Parts: sequence; structure tokens; C-alpha cells
Amino acid sequence: MQDFYNVDSLLSEEEIAVRDSVRRFVDDNVLPIIGECYVEGRFPKEIVPGLADLGVFGANLPEEYGCAGLNNVAYGLIMQELERGDSGVRSFASVQGALVMYPIFAFGSEEQKRHYLPKMASGEIIGCFGLTEPDFGSNPAGMITMAREQSDGSWIINGAKMWITNGSTAHAAIVWAKTNDDKDQRSIRGFIVPTNSKGFRAKDQKGKLSLRASDTSELVLEDVHVPKDALLPKSGGLKSPLMCLTQARYGISWGALGAAIACFEEASSYAKTRIMFDRPIGGFQLQQLRLAEMLTEIVKGQLLCVQLGRLKDRGEFTPQQVSLAKRNNVHIATDIAREARRLLGANGILAEYSAMRHMANLESVYTYEGTHDVHTLVLGQAVTGLNAFGA
Amino acid sequence: MKIAVCIKRVPDMESRFRISADGKVVEEAGLKFDMSDFDGYAVEVALQITEKLGQGEVVVVSLGPDAVQEALRKALSMGAARAIHLKADRAPVDGFAVARALAAELKSGGYDLIMFGKHAMDTMSGVVGPMTAELLGLPNVSAVSKLDVVQGRATARRELEGAAEIVEFPLPAVVSIDEGIARPRYPSLKGIMAAKKKPLESKPAQLEAPRLEVTKTELPPDRQGGRIIGEGAAAVPELVRLLQTEAKVL
Repeated sequence: MQDFYNVDSLLSEEEIAVRDSVRRFVDDNVLPIIGECYVEGRFPKEIVPGLADLGVFGANLPEEYGCAGLNNVAYGLIMQELERGDSGVRSFASVQGALVMYPIFAFGSEEQKRHYLPKMASGEIIGCFGLTEPDFGSNPAGMITMAREQSDGSWIINGAKMWITNGSTAHAAIVWAKTNDDKDQRSIRGFIVPTNSKGFRAKDQKGKLSLRASDTSELVLEDVHVPKDALLPKSGGLKSPLMCLTQARYGISWGALGAAIACFEEASSYAKTRIMFDRPIGGFQLQQLRLAEMLTEIVKGQLLCVQLGRLKDRGEFTPQQVSLAKRNNVHIATDIAREARRLLGANGILAEYSAMRHMANLESVYTYEGTHDVHTLVLGQAVTGLNAFGA
Repeated sequence: MKIAVCIKRVPDMESRFRISADGKVVEEAGLKFDMSDFDGYAVEVALQITEKLGQGEVVVVSLGPDAVQEALRKALSMGAARAIHLKADRAPVDGFAVARALAAELKSGGYDLIMFGKHAMDTMSGVVGPMTAELLGLPNVSAVSKLDVVQGRATARRELEGAAEIVEFPLPAVVSIDEGIARPRYPSLKGIMAAKKKPLESKPAQLEAPRLEVTKTELPPDRQGGRIIGEGAAAVPELVRLLQTEAKVL
């Protein structure tokens, strides 16, 4: 889309080059197949090697672990371009980078980092992230998955996790569990669990009407025995998985803009070419209002993201700032996708166009990684100092 | 194996073009620029040759204002080892002036192969490659669709109308690359970061006064709507007459 506010002038040459390279990859490899994948309910696994060659997985982690060592603005632009393709594709990369590679980088031992990160960057090992449970979504502190330390230092894990992106594809799962029968959230630790461990099962969640081009699974851990070095030694308390989520949400704030941009581009080009009452529908005021609103919200969202990325690069960003960006950008993206779908009239319900696919996807994005409502409460607490959560 | 690839920065051909106030050139403000398509194929082919041989160096060269460094960086991020920027206010329209400047730079570089795109996407002259070859006294093969290099010699394939031509020639040589030979790789994110640290040498282009001048640039006329001249067999004579006299295609 037209860079209406010259946001590019806020980006470095490398950041633009990164964005353009991923953009071209998505144009060539995602857009031609994604509508069909969505209808078939299939994650396009075939693009994983290409994404790995490009270097998108864990792209903001250091080069010494086989990653690209990009700054956070460049990383955000990658997420934007991937989600311009599809939220499912961006989710795959978000999980691999921010929810699997990041915790290994942040809480893992040097051996774990050296073993896993290069193979995850190259896509050889795919990961998933198990925090949410069937009865504990917005309230992860209540999780009941339990890891018990054995006399030899190894661990036995029992529990169930739900809504796990990449769950059925993954070779390794980052599983969060309370430890040694301590029900307090401070006992939560992270474990790297190979998905071929005895007692580990991943079941595809069927019947999704959103994120259909993405694997979503339920994980069941029944007396899964993992060695001592499966533990992420520096993880401790609910804070650890929440730090991962802050990373992922940061990427989502950019990603949602990508979906919004795709919808805006589709709607504006349709508006200029679709003839009704002998003239392009873009000439009607009602459609112009739609397009003007979309453009305005996208520009605002871009400025929000660039500043958030700069803060993150300076090590100054807060989870509350990320909540604001995730909440706003996903919200405006859901509106933009819906209005784009409406502008497209009957054509808008077809998989041939992208608006309704994005519209349905974004309902998941609105709900995952901290629901819109929960981020509202985070901001409410930031403003008032009063906690509206729970009891 | 030392390969030079000469690349040009051109406007994105999908752009909406405007003509400058003096009516001579395309207005550059607001346009997006990129490496010319055929030049991208040439960079890819050069990289593949050195990768296949397991040795060698790809050097990219571009002539023009500072903005051409962006195209050079892109080639570096694809994997070229270093870049040379021949600085000029703008790339002259006179292909011979460009060829002279390039030849002056390339003659002492010890290159085994000098590559160009078949033609630049903006001017479409396709003369700079052959002229540079002539100035350097090297064999030249144009519009190459396949290129193999073995021990100081190369074999090139050229697509002709309904036929193909296989040409063999000694190195050093100058070739210009046709489309379809190789898809340029996506600059990897690591490649983009690495490109920042690769050497990019900028020096003034040795440009002589151009012998050509563009006096006017025009956009194609707006497309006219079609018109219906009648129906059935009765309309045929009028259709034929118009195709002959108006459209002048018969």
C-alpha cells in the first residue's frame, strides 16, 4: 500500500531490505496457495524450509546461535509481512521464535542454547509452547500440570495443554508446569519435552473456523519422563512464560497490521475497479469512508509499532506498552478485515479473496496471547493502580 | 574465478509514471526503485557459478547517484563479495558513455567474466554490455539463457525465434543475461546484515560528454474504450474497413 505517512523514513535501509525480502517471499510462496490451504484446513509445511533459509525464525536472537541478529523493528516487519500472508503463517513463526527459541535463549543453559537454537533457526527442529490448559486460559497461574522431580534429578510430568499452535508438527514442546506438588505459581518451571517422549500425545483440534491454515493441538502428558537437563534452569514462576508472551505479543502487534494492510490493499483495489451504477464503487462516499478509516488506523498502528520497537531495542519497553499495541492493532485489524469483506460485497465471502480469511483468523488473534479484554484490564491497572483481575 | 556484474537501478515498472516539467525525463519523485530484473538474474547466475566452482569472487558495479548503493547493497545481501559505485549525478542515457566509464573501471580488475542483464528495464537499449566488451576487446555473447563455465572456457545457450544457439567462447568474456535462466534468490536476513559490513567503494565515474540527448519523453496515449460497430455478418465490411484505415493492422 501507499506509504501515506512516509513511515519508511523512520526505518533504516536494512530494516526496509528485510521487509522487502520477506514481502517478496510471501508474494511468491504464500499468497498463491494460502486460500486453498485455508479451505483444506492445512498448514503449508512446504514453506518452512524457505522461511528458514530466509532466516525468519528467531530472527532477533544473536548470530552466535545461528540466528540473524536483527533488531526488533526488523523482526516486527517480518511478522507484519508474514501475517500479510496469513495469521497462521505468522503464528507458526511467532511460536517458533518468540515462544520456543526465546525461552531457550532466556532461561536455557548454554548447552541447551547451543543444541537447540541453531537447529530451530534452520527449521530442523520445530517447537511448540504449552502454557494454556483446558480450564486455565486467561488465568495461567491456576494451571494444574505438575512436574515431580525424581531422586536422580529427572522429572515426571503430568497434565494437559490446549490451543497449542504447531502442537502436532513440533519435535519439541516447551511445557510449563508447577513443580513438586507446590500449587503456588512461583513453582512454575519450563521444560523442553521431546514430542516423541513416551506418554506424550498431541491431538489436532478439529472444527476450527479460524486459523485454518495452522496446526492447533491438544497436548496430553501422561507420566512423561524427561531427564534432568530438560529443565530450563533459569525459568522460575509465572513470570517466565509471561516474558515469552510479551515477546510474542510484540510480534503480534506488527503482524495484525500485516493482515490489515492485506485487507486494505484488496479493498482499495476492488473499490477502484468494481463497477456498480456505471461507476467504480470507490467513488461512493460510503466506500470512501471505509477506506479512509482503514488507512487512518493502519497509519496510527504503524507509528505505534515503530516507536514500540525502538523502545524495545533500547531495552525500555514495558509489558503494558505491549498490551496497548497488541490490543489496539488487533482490534483495528478485525474492524478493517470486516469492513473490507463488506466492501467486497458477495465476492468478499470467497476464499479467492483474502478479507474473510483474515477476518476469521483475526478473531483467534484477538483472543490468543492475552485476550483483548485482559489487555484492557492490564491497561486499566496501569492507569488506576487498581487490579481488576480475578477475585 | 572473478566475476563482475554490472547492475542498474531502475524504477519499479509497476509504478505510475509522470513526465518531468521539461518533458524530457520521467519524474523520479515518488517512484520506487530496484535492481533491474535482468541484472538480478545476472547476479544470481554469477553467484551460482562461484558456488558451483567452490571458489571465486563476485563484484557488483553500478553507475549513478548515491541512491544506486541501495541496489549494490541488495546484490551484496544476495552474496556478492564487494561493490564498486561509480558516482555520477545520474546514469547517462548515452550507453556508450556508460560503457566507457565501466570499461575504464573493469579493464584492470582481472575479471574472468563480466556480466550484464540483457537490457535495463527502463531504457531497454541493451547496448552497454556489447559496447563494454568491444572497448575491452573481449568476446561478447548476448541474451544468454544458460551458461556453463569449465576451465577457462564457457558455453552459452541463446534462445532464438523457434530455435536455440549454443555458443562456445574463451574467458575472459562479456555476457548479457536473458530471463528464465535463474530466479534471483531472496536476500536472506543474515545476508542483509552481512551486507552492511562488506566493502562498498565509491569513486567518481569517468564520464565523457554524452553524445545523445533525450529531447522528449512521452507516456503512451490513454487507452480508448472499445466501440460496437454493429452485429453479425452485416458488420464485417465496416469492421474490415476500420481495421485497415483506422487501426491499420490489416
